[in-house]
Amino acid sequence: MQKPYLCLSRVNKSFQRGAIVSEVLKGISLDVEKGEYVSLIGHSGCGKSTLLSLIAGLTPLSSGAVTLEGKHVQGPGPDRAVVFQNHSLLPWLTVHENIKLAVDKVWKKESATARETRIMDSLDLVHMAHAKDKRPAEISGGMKQRVGIARALAMEPKVLLLDEPFGALDALTRAHLQDQVMQIHQALNNTVIMITHDVDEAVLLSDRIVMLTNGPAASIGDIHAVNLPRPRRRLELVSDPVYIRAREAVLKFLYERNKFVEAA
Amino acid sequence: MVAAALVTPPPAKILALPERQSASRPFLKPILENVTTVVIPPLAVLTLFLLIWQIAASQPGSSLPPPTQVYAESSDLILHPFFDNGGADKGLGFHIIASLSRVAIGYALAAIAGIALGTLVGQSVYFMRGFDPIFQVLRTVPPLAWLPISLAAFRDGQPSAIFVIAITAVWPIIINTAAGIRNIPQDYRNVARVLRLNPLEYFTKIMVPAAAPYIFTGLRIGIGLSWLAIVAAEMLIGGVGIGFFIWDAWNSSLISDIIVALVYVGLVGFVLDRAIAFMGHVVTRGTAVN
Repeated sequence: MQKPYLCLSRVNKSFQRGAIVSEVLKGISLDVEKGEYVSLIGHSGCGKSTLLSLIAGLTPLSSGAVTLEGKHVQGPGPDRAVVFQNHSLLPWLTVHENIKLAVDKVWKKESATARETRIMDSLDLVHMAHAKDKRPAEISGGMKQRVGIARALAMEPKVLLLDEPFGALDALTRAHLQDQVMQIHQALNNTVIMITHDVDEAVLLSDRIVMLTNGPAASIGDIHAVNLPRPRRRLELVSDPVYIRAREAVLKFLYERNKFVEAA
Repeated sequence: MVAAALVTPPPAKILALPERQSASRPFLKPILENVTTVVIPPLAVLTLFLLIWQIAASQPGSSLPPPTQVYAESSDLILHPFFDNGGADKGLGFHIIASLSRVAIGYALAAIAGIALGTLVGQSVYFMRGFDPIFQVLRTVPPLAWLPISLAAFRDGQPSAIFVIAITAVWPIIINTAAGIRNIPQDYRNVARVLRLNPLEYFTKIMVPAAAPYIFTGLRIGIGLSWLAIVAAEMLIGGVGIGFFIWDAWNSSLISDIIVALVYVGLVGFVLDRAIAFMGHVVTRGTAVN
Protein backbone atom coordinates (compact mmCIF):
# COMPACT_ATOMS: atom_id res chain seq x y z
CA MET A 1 0.00 0.00 0.00
CA GLN A 2 1.26 3.43 -0.91
CA LYS A 3 2.23 5.75 1.91
CA PRO A 4 0.06 8.84 2.34
CA TYR A 5 1.31 12.17 1.02
CA LEU A 6 1.36 13.98 4.35
CA CYS A 7 1.28 11.81 7.42
CA LEU A 8 1.00 12.76 11.06
CA SER A 9 1.47 9.80 13.35
CA ARG A 10 0.86 9.90 17.10
CA VAL A 11 1.94 13.53 17.35
CA ASN A 12 2.17 14.89 20.88
CA LYS A 13 3.06 18.40 21.87
CA SER A 14 3.57 19.77 25.33
CA PHE A 15 5.04 23.02 26.50
CA GLN A 16 7.17 23.19 29.58
CA ARG A 17 7.68 26.18 31.76
CA GLY A 18 9.76 25.39 34.80
CA ALA A 19 8.23 22.40 36.52
CA ILE A 20 4.82 22.90 34.89
CA VAL A 21 4.22 20.78 31.81
CA SER A 22 1.10 21.58 29.82
CA GLU A 23 -0.01 19.08 27.25
CA VAL A 24 -1.50 20.79 24.22
CA LEU A 25 -1.94 18.05 21.65
CA LYS A 26 -2.13 14.34 22.32
CA GLY A 27 -2.05 11.43 19.90
CA ILE A 28 -2.83 13.28 16.69
CA SER A 29 -2.77 10.90 13.73
CA LEU A 30 -3.90 12.11 10.34
CA ASP A 31 -3.21 11.18 6.73
CA VAL A 32 -3.70 13.75 4.00
CA GLU A 33 -3.76 12.78 0.33
CA LYS A 34 -2.21 14.85 -2.41
CA GLY A 35 -4.58 17.54 -3.64
CA GLU A 36 -6.81 17.23 -0.61
CA TYR A 37 -8.28 20.27 1.13
CA VAL A 38 -8.45 19.66 4.88
CA SER A 39 -9.82 22.06 7.47
CA LEU A 40 -8.98 22.05 11.16
CA ILE A 41 -11.77 23.34 13.31
CA GLY A 42 -12.11 23.60 17.07
CA HIS A 43 -12.70 26.10 19.84
CA SER A 44 -10.10 28.75 20.37
CA GLY A 45 -7.21 27.64 22.53
CA CYS A 46 -7.55 23.99 21.55
CA GLY A 47 -4.22 23.89 19.75
CA LYS A 48 -5.14 24.28 16.08
CA SER A 49 -2.43 26.85 15.48
CA THR A 50 0.08 24.72 17.35
CA LEU A 51 -0.79 21.76 15.13
CA LEU A 52 -0.31 23.89 12.02
CA SER A 53 3.05 25.18 13.18
CA LEU A 54 4.12 21.62 13.96
CA ILE A 55 3.39 20.70 10.35
CA ALA A 56 5.16 23.86 9.21
CA GLY A 57 8.12 22.87 11.36
CA LEU A 58 8.10 26.22 13.15
CA THR A 59 7.57 24.42 16.47
CA PRO A 60 9.37 21.18 17.29
CA LEU A 61 7.35 18.03 18.08
CA SER A 62 7.42 16.57 21.58
CA SER A 63 6.94 13.07 20.21
CA GLY A 64 5.51 11.34 17.17
CA ALA A 65 6.35 12.13 13.59
CA VAL A 66 5.28 14.26 10.64
CA THR A 67 6.29 12.97 7.23
CA LEU A 68 5.79 14.60 3.85
CA GLU A 69 6.28 12.30 0.85
CA GLY A 70 7.89 9.81 3.20
CA LYS A 71 10.45 12.31 4.49
CA HIS A 72 10.51 13.49 8.09
CA VAL A 73 9.65 17.12 8.59
CA GLN A 74 12.48 18.79 10.47
CA GLY A 75 12.28 22.52 10.72
CA PRO A 76 10.45 24.96 8.49
CA GLY A 77 10.87 25.10 4.75
CA PRO A 78 9.33 26.48 1.57
CA ASP A 79 7.75 23.10 0.71
CA ARG A 80 5.27 23.87 3.50
CA ALA A 81 4.44 27.52 2.87
CA VAL A 82 2.36 29.24 5.53
CA VAL A 83 -0.16 32.03 5.04
CA PHE A 84 -0.29 33.70 8.42
CA GLN A 85 -3.41 35.10 9.99
CA ASN A 86 -2.20 38.68 9.82
CA HIS A 87 -0.63 38.48 6.34
CA SER A 88 2.91 39.23 7.70
CA LEU A 89 4.05 41.05 4.59
CA LEU A 90 7.19 43.11 5.10
CA PRO A 91 6.03 46.73 5.22
CA TRP A 92 9.20 48.23 3.74
CA LEU A 93 8.87 46.18 0.54
CA THR A 94 6.35 46.59 -2.25
CA VAL A 95 3.93 43.80 -3.08
CA HIS A 96 6.22 42.74 -5.93
CA GLU A 97 9.35 42.86 -3.72
CA ASN A 98 7.63 40.84 -1.00
CA ILE A 99 6.98 38.02 -3.42
CA LYS A 100 10.39 38.49 -5.05
CA LEU A 101 12.05 37.86 -1.68
CA ALA A 102 10.40 34.44 -1.55
CA VAL A 103 10.84 33.63 -5.25
CA ASP A 104 14.52 34.65 -5.34
CA LYS A 105 15.25 32.45 -2.36
CA VAL A 106 13.24 29.39 -3.37
CA TRP A 107 13.99 29.49 -7.12
CA LYS A 108 17.50 30.91 -6.98
CA LYS A 109 18.74 28.50 -9.65
CA GLU A 110 16.33 29.84 -12.25
CA SER A 111 17.02 32.76 -14.57
CA ALA A 112 15.90 36.26 -13.65
CA THR A 113 13.20 36.24 -16.33
CA ALA A 114 11.83 32.89 -15.15
CA ARG A 115 11.62 34.23 -11.61
CA GLU A 116 9.93 37.41 -12.77
CA THR A 117 7.36 35.27 -14.58
CA ARG A 118 6.74 33.32 -11.37
CA ILE A 119 6.18 36.55 -9.43
CA MET A 120 3.72 37.93 -11.94
CA ASP A 121 1.95 34.57 -12.37
CA SER A 122 1.34 34.28 -8.67
CA LEU A 123 0.08 37.87 -8.52
CA ASP A 124 -2.22 37.17 -11.45
CA LEU A 125 -3.64 34.15 -9.63
CA VAL A 126 -4.91 36.35 -6.82
CA HIS A 127 -5.75 39.24 -9.19
CA MET A 128 -3.25 41.60 -7.58
CA ALA A 129 -0.92 42.32 -10.51
CA HIS A 130 -2.29 45.86 -10.72
CA ALA A 131 -0.99 46.67 -7.24
CA LYS A 132 2.50 45.25 -7.62
CA ASP A 133 4.26 48.53 -6.83
CA LYS A 134 2.13 49.36 -3.79
CA ARG A 135 3.36 48.89 -0.26
CA PRO A 136 1.32 46.78 2.18
CA ALA A 137 0.20 49.90 4.06
CA GLU A 138 -1.39 51.23 0.87
CA ILE A 139 -3.70 48.26 0.20
CA SER A 140 -6.73 46.87 2.05
CA GLY A 141 -6.73 43.95 4.47
CA GLY A 142 -8.23 41.59 1.90
CA MET A 143 -5.62 42.60 -0.66
CA LYS A 144 -2.81 42.02 1.83
CA GLN A 145 -4.12 38.55 2.52
CA ARG A 146 -4.28 37.86 -1.22
CA VAL A 147 -0.64 38.94 -1.57
CA GLY A 148 0.21 36.67 1.37
CA ILE A 149 -1.45 33.80 -0.50
CA ALA A 150 0.38 34.76 -3.70
CA ARG A 151 3.70 34.72 -1.85
CA ALA A 152 2.95 31.24 -0.52
CA LEU A 153 1.79 29.96 -3.92
CA ALA A 154 4.90 31.35 -5.63
CA MET A 155 6.98 28.88 -3.62
CA GLU A 156 4.96 26.03 -5.20
CA PRO A 157 4.67 24.34 -1.81
CA LYS A 158 3.83 20.68 -1.49
CA VAL A 159 1.43 21.64 1.25
CA LEU A 160 -0.16 25.04 1.65
CA LEU A 161 -0.83 25.88 5.29
CA LEU A 162 -3.46 28.53 5.94
CA ASP A 163 -3.72 29.87 9.48
CA GLU A 164 -7.18 31.43 9.67
CA PRO A 165 -6.45 33.30 6.45
CA PHE A 166 -9.78 35.10 6.35
CA GLY A 167 -10.27 35.59 10.09
CA ALA A 168 -9.52 39.30 10.13
CA LEU A 169 -11.66 40.17 7.10
CA ASP A 170 -15.23 41.37 6.78
CA ALA A 171 -17.87 38.87 5.64
CA LEU A 172 -18.11 40.06 2.02
CA THR A 173 -14.35 40.16 1.44
CA ARG A 174 -14.08 36.80 3.11
CA ALA A 175 -16.64 35.22 0.77
CA HIS A 176 -14.85 36.71 -2.22
CA LEU A 177 -11.48 35.37 -1.08
CA GLN A 178 -12.95 31.94 -0.30
CA ASP A 179 -14.16 31.75 -3.90
CA GLN A 180 -10.71 32.72 -5.15
CA VAL A 181 -9.01 30.11 -2.97
CA MET A 182 -11.45 27.51 -4.27
CA GLN A 183 -10.63 28.50 -7.86
CA ILE A 184 -6.90 28.33 -7.18
CA HIS A 185 -7.28 24.95 -5.49
CA GLN A 186 -9.28 23.76 -8.47
CA ALA A 187 -6.71 25.03 -10.95
CA LEU A 188 -3.48 23.98 -9.21
CA ASN A 189 -4.77 21.02 -7.20
CA ASN A 190 -2.71 22.03 -4.15
CA THR A 191 -2.75 20.14 -0.93
CA VAL A 192 -4.16 22.56 1.62
CA ILE A 193 -4.52 22.49 5.38
CA MET A 194 -6.56 25.37 6.73
CA ILE A 195 -7.41 26.45 10.24
CA THR A 196 -10.79 28.05 10.64
CA HIS A 197 -13.38 29.08 13.20
CA ASP A 198 -16.08 29.34 10.61
CA VAL A 199 -18.29 26.28 10.09
CA ASP A 200 -19.61 27.44 6.70
CA GLU A 201 -16.12 28.18 5.49
CA ALA A 202 -14.96 24.73 6.53
CA VAL A 203 -17.84 22.95 4.79
CA LEU A 204 -17.65 25.06 1.65
CA LEU A 205 -13.93 24.66 1.05
CA SER A 206 -12.93 21.30 2.47
CA ASP A 207 -12.83 17.72 1.35
CA ARG A 208 -12.51 16.72 4.98
CA ILE A 209 -13.13 18.60 8.21
CA VAL A 210 -10.95 17.59 11.13
CA MET A 211 -12.58 18.50 14.44
CA LEU A 212 -10.37 18.92 17.47
CA THR A 213 -11.57 18.31 21.01
CA ASN A 214 -11.11 20.95 23.66
CA GLY A 215 -7.71 21.34 25.24
CA PRO A 216 -5.71 20.68 27.27
CA ALA A 217 -4.38 17.59 25.52
CA ALA A 218 -6.61 18.08 22.49
CA SER A 219 -7.02 15.21 20.07
CA ILE A 220 -8.97 14.59 16.89
CA GLY A 221 -12.58 14.17 17.98
CA ASP A 222 -14.10 13.43 14.63
CA ILE A 223 -13.43 13.70 10.91
CA HIS A 224 -16.23 14.55 8.55
CA ALA A 225 -15.82 14.01 4.83
CA VAL A 226 -17.66 16.53 2.66
CA ASN A 227 -18.63 14.63 -0.46
CA LEU A 228 -19.69 17.55 -2.57
CA PRO A 229 -18.65 17.80 -6.22
CA ARG A 230 -16.36 20.63 -7.31
CA PRO A 231 -16.59 23.35 -8.45
CA ARG A 232 -18.84 24.31 -5.60
CA ARG A 233 -21.10 27.33 -5.66
CA ARG A 234 -22.10 28.79 -2.34
CA LEU A 235 -25.62 29.78 -3.40
CA GLU A 236 -26.52 26.35 -4.72
CA LEU A 237 -25.07 24.63 -1.67
CA VAL A 238 -27.24 26.42 0.87
CA SER A 239 -30.08 23.96 0.30
CA ASP A 240 -27.97 20.94 -0.61
CA PRO A 241 -28.66 18.04 1.80
CA VAL A 242 -25.01 16.96 1.87
CA TYR A 243 -23.98 20.51 2.77
CA ILE A 244 -26.62 20.78 5.46
CA ARG A 245 -25.65 17.43 6.94
CA ALA A 246 -21.98 18.39 7.05
CA ARG A 247 -22.78 21.70 8.66
CA GLU A 248 -24.98 20.00 11.22
CA ALA A 249 -22.31 17.45 12.06
CA VAL A 250 -19.69 20.13 12.71
CA LEU A 251 -22.06 22.33 14.69
CA LYS A 252 -23.18 19.39 16.82
CA PHE A 253 -19.61 18.49 17.49
CA LEU A 254 -18.67 22.02 18.49
CA TYR A 255 -21.72 22.92 20.54
CA GLU A 256 -23.00 19.63 21.96
CA ARG A 257 -20.20 17.16 22.26
CA ASN A 258 -17.42 19.65 22.87
CA LYS A 259 -18.89 22.72 24.44
CA PHE A 260 -16.44 25.53 24.90
CA VAL A 261 -15.30 25.62 28.50
CA GLU A 262 -14.18 29.04 29.60
CA ALA A 263 -11.61 27.77 32.03
CA ALA A 264 -9.93 25.60 29.41
CA MET B 1 -30.68 69.74 -31.91
CA VAL B 2 -29.96 73.10 -33.51
CA ALA B 3 -30.63 74.87 -30.24
CA ALA B 4 -28.30 72.52 -28.45
CA ALA B 5 -25.56 73.09 -31.03
CA LEU B 6 -25.96 76.80 -30.58
CA VAL B 7 -25.88 76.56 -26.83
CA THR B 8 -22.72 74.45 -26.61
CA PRO B 9 -20.06 76.94 -27.81
CA PRO B 10 -20.61 79.71 -25.21
CA PRO B 11 -19.91 77.49 -22.16
CA ALA B 12 -16.72 76.33 -23.87
CA LYS B 13 -15.59 79.93 -24.14
CA ILE B 14 -16.53 80.69 -20.58
CA LEU B 15 -14.73 77.59 -19.36
CA ALA B 16 -11.52 78.49 -21.17
CA LEU B 17 -11.03 81.74 -19.30
CA PRO B 18 -11.49 80.69 -15.67
CA GLU B 19 -9.44 77.56 -16.36
CA ARG B 20 -6.39 79.68 -17.06
CA GLN B 21 -6.87 81.69 -13.91
CA SER B 22 -7.48 78.64 -11.74
CA ALA B 23 -4.40 77.02 -13.29
CA SER B 24 -2.17 79.72 -11.86
CA ARG B 25 -4.11 80.12 -8.63
CA PRO B 26 -3.69 76.61 -7.16
CA PHE B 27 0.00 76.93 -8.01
CA LEU B 28 0.41 80.18 -6.11
CA LYS B 29 -2.07 79.42 -3.38
CA PRO B 30 -0.21 76.61 -1.59
CA ILE B 31 3.00 78.68 -1.67
CA LEU B 32 1.17 81.62 -0.17
CA GLU B 33 -0.44 79.36 2.39
CA ASN B 34 2.96 77.92 3.23
CA VAL B 35 4.38 81.40 3.71
CA THR B 36 1.56 82.42 6.01
CA THR B 37 1.55 79.21 8.08
CA VAL B 38 5.23 78.27 8.15
CA VAL B 39 7.27 81.43 7.70
CA ILE B 40 5.27 84.25 9.25
CA PRO B 41 4.65 82.93 12.80
CA PRO B 42 8.32 82.23 13.65
CA LEU B 43 9.33 85.45 11.92
CA ALA B 44 6.87 87.43 14.05
CA VAL B 45 8.09 85.80 17.26
CA LEU B 46 11.72 86.41 16.25
CA THR B 47 11.04 90.10 15.55
CA LEU B 48 9.27 90.43 18.89
CA PHE B 49 12.18 88.71 20.63
CA LEU B 50 14.77 90.97 18.97
CA LEU B 51 12.68 94.01 19.86
CA ILE B 52 12.46 93.06 23.54
CA TRP B 53 16.16 92.23 23.54
CA GLN B 54 16.97 95.57 21.91
CA ILE B 55 14.93 97.50 24.49
CA ALA B 56 16.19 95.50 27.48
CA ALA B 57 19.87 95.61 26.47
CA SER B 58 19.76 99.31 25.62
CA GLN B 59 19.09 100.22 29.27
CA PRO B 60 22.07 101.89 30.93
CA GLY B 61 24.19 99.38 32.87
CA SER B 62 23.15 96.43 30.69
CA SER B 63 25.80 93.71 30.64
CA LEU B 64 24.80 92.27 27.24
CA PRO B 65 24.87 94.16 23.93
CA PRO B 66 21.62 94.81 22.01
CA PRO B 67 21.20 93.20 18.54
CA THR B 68 22.20 96.39 16.71
CA GLN B 69 25.47 96.51 18.62
CA VAL B 70 26.07 92.80 17.97
CA TYR B 71 25.74 93.46 14.27
CA ALA B 72 27.94 96.56 14.42
CA GLU B 73 30.73 94.78 16.31
CA SER B 74 30.60 91.36 14.66
CA SER B 75 29.34 91.99 11.15
CA ASP B 76 32.61 90.66 9.75
CA LEU B 77 31.85 87.28 11.37
CA ILE B 78 28.34 87.27 9.96
CA LEU B 79 29.18 88.51 6.48
CA HIS B 80 32.51 86.73 5.98
CA PRO B 81 32.40 83.25 7.47
CA PHE B 82 35.55 82.18 5.56
CA PHE B 83 38.47 84.53 6.29
CA ASP B 84 41.81 83.29 7.55
CA ASN B 85 44.25 85.60 9.34
CA GLY B 86 46.47 82.74 10.51
CA GLY B 87 46.44 80.96 13.86
CA ALA B 88 43.05 80.75 15.51
CA ASP B 89 41.88 84.01 13.90
CA LYS B 90 39.69 82.39 11.29
CA GLY B 91 36.14 82.88 10.05
CA LEU B 92 33.33 81.04 11.83
CA GLY B 93 32.92 78.82 8.78
CA PHE B 94 36.39 77.30 9.36
CA HIS B 95 35.67 76.80 13.06
CA ILE B 96 32.40 75.08 12.25
CA ILE B 97 34.13 72.85 9.67
CA ALA B 98 36.80 71.89 12.22
CA SER B 99 34.12 70.99 14.76
CA LEU B 100 32.05 69.15 12.17
CA SER B 101 35.00 67.05 11.06
CA ARG B 102 35.57 65.96 14.68
CA VAL B 103 31.87 65.19 15.02
CA ALA B 104 31.91 63.27 11.74
CA ILE B 105 34.67 60.92 12.92
CA GLY B 106 33.36 60.51 16.47
CA TYR B 107 29.78 60.09 15.34
CA ALA B 108 30.71 57.57 12.63
CA LEU B 109 32.54 55.49 15.23
CA ALA B 110 29.56 55.75 17.56
CA ALA B 111 27.14 54.72 14.80
CA ILE B 112 29.18 51.66 13.83
CA ALA B 113 29.85 50.56 17.41
CA GLY B 114 26.32 51.45 18.54
CA ILE B 115 24.54 49.50 15.81
CA ALA B 116 26.89 46.51 16.24
CA LEU B 117 26.55 46.41 20.03
CA GLY B 118 22.82 47.13 19.84
CA THR B 119 22.35 44.21 17.43
CA LEU B 120 24.30 41.93 19.75
CA VAL B 121 22.34 42.97 22.82
CA GLY B 122 19.01 42.92 20.98
CA GLN B 123 19.63 39.45 19.55
CA SER B 124 20.81 37.61 22.59
CA VAL B 125 19.20 37.48 26.00
CA TYR B 126 22.53 36.62 27.60
CA PHE B 127 24.37 39.60 26.15
CA MET B 128 21.41 41.71 27.14
CA ARG B 129 21.61 40.54 30.74
CA GLY B 130 25.35 41.10 30.82
CA PHE B 131 25.63 44.45 29.09
CA ASP B 132 22.41 46.29 29.77
CA PRO B 133 23.07 47.27 33.43
CA ILE B 134 26.52 48.58 32.46
CA PHE B 135 25.06 50.60 29.59
CA GLN B 136 22.37 52.01 31.82
CA VAL B 137 24.97 53.27 34.30
CA LEU B 138 27.51 54.56 31.77
CA ARG B 139 24.97 56.42 29.66
CA THR B 140 24.21 58.77 32.56
CA VAL B 141 27.84 59.96 32.76
CA PRO B 142 27.93 63.53 31.42
CA PRO B 143 30.04 64.02 28.25
CA LEU B 144 32.62 66.30 29.87
CA ALA B 145 33.26 63.86 32.69
CA TRP B 146 34.80 61.57 30.04
CA LEU B 147 37.27 64.24 28.92
CA PRO B 148 39.94 63.99 31.65
CA ILE B 149 40.06 60.19 31.43
CA SER B 150 40.32 60.32 27.65
CA LEU B 151 43.04 63.00 27.81
CA ALA B 152 44.89 60.71 30.21
CA ALA B 153 44.48 57.81 27.81
CA PHE B 154 45.24 59.53 24.49
CA ARG B 155 47.58 62.33 25.72
CA ASP B 156 46.29 64.54 22.93
CA GLY B 157 43.35 66.89 22.46
CA GLN B 158 42.16 65.75 19.03
CA PRO B 159 41.55 62.03 19.72
CA SER B 160 40.17 62.92 23.16
CA ALA B 161 37.53 65.20 21.66
CA ILE B 162 36.60 62.51 19.16
CA PHE B 163 36.36 59.94 21.93
CA VAL B 164 34.09 62.19 23.98
CA ILE B 165 31.78 62.61 21.00
CA ALA B 166 31.70 58.90 20.30
CA ILE B 167 31.06 57.91 23.92
CA THR B 168 28.28 60.50 24.20
CA ALA B 169 26.48 59.54 21.02
CA VAL B 170 26.82 55.78 21.34
CA TRP B 171 24.30 55.07 24.14
CA PRO B 172 21.06 56.13 22.48
CA ILE B 173 22.17 54.32 19.32
CA ILE B 174 22.84 51.08 21.24
CA ILE B 175 19.65 51.26 23.24
CA ASN B 176 17.39 52.09 20.31
CA THR B 177 18.98 49.51 18.01
CA ALA B 178 18.55 46.83 20.66
CA ALA B 179 14.92 47.86 21.18
CA GLY B 180 14.30 47.76 17.44
CA ILE B 181 15.73 44.28 17.12
CA ARG B 182 13.85 42.95 20.14
CA ASN B 183 10.65 44.32 18.65
CA ILE B 184 10.90 42.54 15.31
CA PRO B 185 7.52 40.81 15.07
CA GLN B 186 7.55 37.02 15.39
CA ASP B 187 5.75 36.89 12.04
CA TYR B 188 8.76 38.33 10.20
CA ARG B 189 10.99 35.79 11.93
CA ASN B 190 8.60 33.03 10.86
CA VAL B 191 8.63 34.28 7.27
CA ALA B 192 12.43 34.16 7.35
CA ARG B 193 12.37 30.63 8.76
CA VAL B 194 9.89 29.32 6.20
CA LEU B 195 12.05 30.82 3.43
CA ARG B 196 15.15 29.40 5.12
CA LEU B 197 17.02 32.70 4.93
CA ASN B 198 20.61 32.28 6.09
CA PRO B 199 21.89 34.50 8.93
CA LEU B 200 23.37 37.07 6.54
CA GLU B 201 20.18 37.28 4.48
CA TYR B 202 18.15 37.52 7.67
CA PHE B 203 20.36 40.36 8.89
CA THR B 204 20.22 42.40 5.68
CA LYS B 205 16.68 41.62 4.50
CA ILE B 206 14.69 41.39 7.72
CA MET B 207 16.60 42.60 10.75
CA VAL B 208 18.06 45.87 9.49
CA PRO B 209 14.96 47.13 7.64
CA ALA B 210 12.66 46.07 10.48
CA ALA B 211 14.80 47.81 13.09
CA ALA B 212 15.66 50.80 10.88
CA PRO B 213 13.02 53.17 12.28
CA TYR B 214 14.34 52.53 15.80
CA ILE B 215 17.97 52.76 14.67
CA PHE B 216 17.34 56.15 13.10
CA THR B 217 15.63 57.39 16.25
CA GLY B 218 18.85 56.50 18.09
CA LEU B 219 21.03 58.07 15.41
CA ARG B 220 19.02 61.26 15.58
CA ILE B 221 19.31 61.55 19.35
CA GLY B 222 23.00 60.68 18.98
CA ILE B 223 23.80 63.46 16.53
CA GLY B 224 22.15 66.01 18.82
CA LEU B 225 24.14 64.80 21.82
CA SER B 226 27.44 64.75 19.92
CA TRP B 227 26.90 68.35 18.80
CA LEU B 228 26.22 69.27 22.43
CA ALA B 229 29.39 67.48 23.50
CA ILE B 230 31.74 68.92 20.89
CA VAL B 231 31.16 72.54 21.91
CA ALA B 232 31.86 71.74 25.54
CA ALA B 233 34.87 69.54 24.78
CA GLU B 234 36.47 72.11 22.46
CA MET B 235 36.21 74.78 25.14
CA LEU B 236 38.60 72.71 27.18
CA ILE B 237 40.98 71.28 24.57
CA GLY B 238 41.53 74.47 22.50
CA GLY B 239 42.80 74.68 18.92
CA VAL B 240 40.38 75.38 16.09
CA GLY B 241 36.68 74.75 16.59
CA ILE B 242 33.47 76.51 17.40
CA GLY B 243 33.68 75.63 21.11
CA PHE B 244 37.16 77.06 21.37
CA PHE B 245 36.06 80.15 19.44
CA ILE B 246 33.35 80.83 22.03
CA TRP B 247 35.78 80.34 24.91
CA ASP B 248 38.38 82.54 23.21
CA ALA B 249 35.80 85.27 22.62
CA TRP B 250 34.81 85.13 26.27
CA ASN B 251 38.43 85.52 27.33
CA SER B 252 38.73 88.55 25.01
CA SER B 253 35.39 89.93 26.29
CA LEU B 254 33.94 89.86 22.76
CA ILE B 255 30.34 89.24 23.86
CA SER B 256 28.96 90.05 20.42
CA ASP B 257 31.14 87.36 18.86
CA ILE B 258 29.81 84.83 21.37
CA ILE B 259 26.23 85.67 20.44
CA VAL B 260 26.94 85.26 16.73
CA ALA B 261 28.69 81.94 17.40
CA LEU B 262 25.72 80.68 19.42
CA VAL B 263 23.42 81.35 16.50
CA TYR B 264 25.78 79.44 14.22
CA VAL B 265 25.93 76.50 16.66
CA GLY B 266 22.16 76.37 16.87
CA LEU B 267 21.66 76.52 13.11
CA VAL B 268 24.26 73.82 12.43
CA GLY B 269 22.73 71.57 15.12
CA PHE B 270 19.32 72.06 13.54
CA VAL B 271 20.64 71.17 10.09
CA LEU B 272 22.40 68.05 11.44
CA ASP B 273 19.21 66.87 13.14
CA ARG B 274 17.15 67.39 10.00
CA ALA B 275 19.78 65.72 7.83
CA ILE B 276 19.63 62.53 9.91
CA ALA B 277 15.84 62.66 9.98
CA PHE B 278 15.79 63.02 6.19
CA MET B 279 18.23 60.14 5.79
CA GLY B 280 16.01 58.02 8.01
CA HIS B 281 12.99 58.92 5.95
CA VAL B 282 14.74 57.93 2.72
CA VAL B 283 16.31 54.73 4.04
CA THR B 284 13.21 53.42 5.82
CA ARG B 285 11.05 54.51 2.88
CA GLY B 286 8.74 56.51 5.05
CA THR B 287 8.09 53.83 7.66
CA ALA B 288 10.10 55.79 10.26
CA VAL B 289 8.03 58.13 12.37
CA ASN B 290 9.54 61.58 12.41
